[in-house]
Amino acid sequence: MEAVIKAEKLSKRFGDFIATNAVSFEVYPGEIFGFLGANGAGKTTAMRMLCGLSRPSSGSASIAGFDVYTQTEQIKKHIGYMSQKFSLYEDLTVVENIRLFGGIYGLSKEDVRVKTQGLLEHLKMEDQKNKLVGALPLGWKQKLAFSVAVFHKPRIVFLDEPTGGVDPITRRQFWDLIYEASQQGITVFVTTHYMDEAEYCNRVSIMVDGVIEALDTPAKLKSQYDAVSMEDVFFKLARKAKRGAD
Amino acid sequence: MYFLNWPEKQREVPTEMKQFLIFVRKEFKHVFRDKKTLLMLFGLPVVQIVLFGFALTNEIKNSKVLIVDYSKDQATCSIIAKIEASTYFEIYSVTQDPLEMEKAFKKGKIKSGIIFPLNFSYDLHHSGKAQLSIIADGSDPNTATSLTNYLNSIVQDYIHQVSGSRTGLLFVKAETRMIYNPELKGAYNYVPGVMALVLLLVSVMMTSISIVREKEMGTMEVLLVSPFKPLLVILSKAIPYLLVSMVNLAIILLLSVFALGLPFAGSIGLFVLVSVLYIITGLSLGLLISSAAASQQAAMLMSVMGMLLPTMLFAGFMFPIENMPMPLQLFSNVVPAKWYYIIVKSIMIKGLGLSAIFKEVLILTGMTVFLLAVSLKKFKTRLE
Repeated sequence: MEAVIKAEKLSKRFGDFIATNAVSFEVYPGEIFGFLGANGAGKTTAMRMLCGLSRPSSGSASIAGFDVYTQTEQIKKHIGYMSQKFSLYEDLTVVENIRLFGGIYGLSKEDVRVKTQGLLEHLKMEDQKNKLVGALPLGWKQKLAFSVAVFHKPRIVFLDEPTGGVDPITRRQFWDLIYEASQQGITVFVTTHYMDEAEYCNRVSIMVDGVIEALDTPAKLKSQYDAVSMEDVFFKLARKAKRGAD
Repeated sequence: MYFLNWPEKQREVPTEMKQFLIFVRKEFKHVFRDKKTLLMLFGLPVVQIVLFGFALTNEIKNSKVLIVDYSKDQATCSIIAKIEASTYFEIYSVTQDPLEMEKAFKKGKIKSGIIFPLNFSYDLHHSGKAQLSIIADGSDPNTATSLTNYLNSIVQDYIHQVSGSRTGLLFVKAETRMIYNPELKGAYNYVPGVMALVLLLVSVMMTSISIVREKEMGTMEVLLVSPFKPLLVILSKAIPYLLVSMVNLAIILLLSVFALGLPFAGSIGLFVLVSVLYIITGLSLGLLISSAAASQQAAMLMSVMGMLLPTMLFAGFMFPIENMPMPLQLFSNVVPAKWYYIIVKSIMIKGLGLSAIFKEVLILTGMTVFLLAVSLKKFKTRLE
């Protein structure tokens, strides 16, 4: 199968500081790929390069077949993005937010209308559709933000610590949404600090000091590092870190 | 998530124009949903104009005048009678003692006075030239200007009457002197000043805050990852604030012409064009601040400290620049408000055309181009 994310020796230097050091990995269509690492390990920098926000210092990468150096405009059309700050406008209503992002990605009015209806039914949010997003509970905002991020059916959706500050039940529901999206063929690239979430991923990479130290399925990583849980694996690897948190 | 599989029509790449419109609509929603800010945006100019305008404008009625008449002849008596007859003035006393005038000024009994020198009538009729002094209390500059203008016109009116009955022109040189405030800054100065202040404040503060808010909320990141052009994000933010500023401009103009009775001597078209230029200066400054500020509070502080204070101090409407020490005078040249202030005064009050304000417009244009270039470059580097 052709990989949707291909990174080869991808590096980013800021002066003397090497934030991401020759990172190589591949992610396949429909996969849920966990991108783990302590604060300051270089996750965000790597993710920004993959999204076309930051130009790599060296190495190569392609996203959905497009080059991160020359085809960032194409990349942007085929990805979705959601950050821990839930990335919706609080002073716009639920429907207005959906319409705005639908419009940005070039969906027709008719498609936006029908898909909005479907989305609201799916999230059971029809009653809330004309409420300002700022008035919704955090968990709902998060679920809505994810649905908006995949609304234009991107090839890949990048989730940057999407479940920060959310209770375990809502997190579970959120992961149900992630599974559904991945069943529709959307590749999910997710960073997280919750190790139980790492267990939900198909494959996991763990970054330490700008380098990918381990990359495999959660089950294989646990047996390789002789650990009972992903938390154990993470501690064993992250302890070696010399860089402090940023 | 079956909605994902809805069979979509052919998806078109939205044109830049379409993206832009989508975004402008969103920005308008932000502006109009924030009722508090909206109230401030439109309340600020009204309050400032009314405060500055009415606090400094006094209706002149039965203002007391003291006359020191060394001449006591037919001409001075006629002028005094004319002054008495007008509704604006009331004669406080006619005397030959100048000290009495000084006392009356100090006690605040009178706002103005006239001194006729010896042989006023003789000079007027024999040499065709005479002199008199009009003195006004300049601590209330607006009133003082009006008083001296009225007194002067009464004198000129008299001269006009008597010259009609003889050949050859008569000429009275009225020497006006403002005591207590020789600079004489008044409403004519304040209204253009308030325009310079309000327009800059609205455009700088609102732009910087609205961009920083997107950064703070995390929505900026999402927009940057989307196919939306970053430059369009910024441009579409400028549109609502440009519009709000134009509405403000109209409010200020209407208030100053109809409520304060200010003249509008020059071309409205030219005035609007220059104002748009000035607003764009403000928008680029706001953009520049937004790339430096990390939070909305910081943006607000930078706008107020960096914009409001220099504008108040160095635009020239509160404190005369020509009285400042040289380094401050030089600094005032980089304050955009100074140039806009000169332009507005020239167009509004003096009715001058583009040729008269060409230098100022050129300087303002240069500043705007420079600020816009720097702020766009900074914005781009920040994206990297």
